[in-house]
Amino acid sequence: MRWMWIDAITHHEPNARLVAVKNISMAEEHLHDHFAQDESGAACPVMPTSLVIEGTAQTAGILVGSVHGFREKVILAKISSFRLDIDPRPGQTLRYDARIERMDASGASTETVISLLDHTDAAAAATGAATSGGDGTAGATSQWREVGRSSLMFSHIDQNRSGLQFPEENFVFSENFRTILRSAGLEGLARD
Amino acid sequence: MNHALTHDQIFDSVREILCDALGVDEDDVTPAASLTKDLGAESIDFLDINFKIEKKFSTPEKAFKINQGELFPENLTSDASLVKDGKFTDAGMELLRTKMPHVDYSAFDADRSVDNVSELFTVKSLCDFVARKLAA
Repeated sequence: MRWMWIDAITHHEPNARLVAVKNISMAEEHLHDHFAQDESGAACPVMPTSLVIEGTAQTAGILVGSVHGFREKVILAKISSFRLDIDPRPGQTLRYDARIERMDASGASTETVISLLDHTDAAAAATGAATSGGDGTAGATSQWREVGRSSLMFSHIDQNRSGLQFPEENFVFSENFRTILRSAGLEGLARD
Repeated sequence: MNHALTHDQIFDSVREILCDALGVDEDDVTPAASLTKDLGAESIDFLDINFKIEKKFSTPEKAFKINQGELFPENLTSDASLVKDGKFTDAGMELLRTKMPHVDYSAFDADRSVDNVSELFTVKSLCDFVARKLAA
């Protein structure tokens, strides 16, 4: 089973753009260790940056794979650049907006904008008299804001330059991906 | 980017691309530097460089499109008529020259080793490739 780091696909423009979201929850066990309370201070649950990179890779990888109906084995080959300005925390939602920059038979380059929706912003605003009736709902809104960017290269490994052979089975796009595609009404992208 | 570029302008652009793609210092990008041996390029970097060159030298009027295998030939070593005992045959060398006229073979001709073919790709060969293609 593949460990998925996106929860849902929210937008898809064929061959060009795919947007996915990731809700960060205290139910994720690794957040209890990253970082746990110790003698140096209180617990500080933060989503590891490596998992944010993986989330952008899964989003952009699905986009690249969808171009040829997931018949190609698309693997992350290079992190050209990555920037993340914040430490994502439980109660926040990350959005990965991936676009294909260039693509040919052997691979693709992608650019992903990472945005954050902080639900605690809305809660804070809702408790203020100026923005709501104080019940924590009315007038309480959050705004997406850009917090990072990811530039990734993907390889179609069956088209690798060295002529290496790989198993026929597509071990990259497994059932987990199909579940996410089905949830977004995009199952038709995965042709059998 | 304007198609009427001087060699110095092309070199500056290629150097910028290589610094970005390979994370090397400007001083390391000399005309004679080999992309693999001196600048540490791996196979995926060749695709990255390919894409970056296309983007850099395209204009709204004319796309700078590099066909697959045009800049860096692929899968040549799987053809027995082109490679024998780990070295390029005369037919293999002829094909290399045809596919990559932008490369200097003077040192490689005596060696012909498949293992060393990636060292043919130098900064100068990239600049010459761009110059030829812009002039075409």
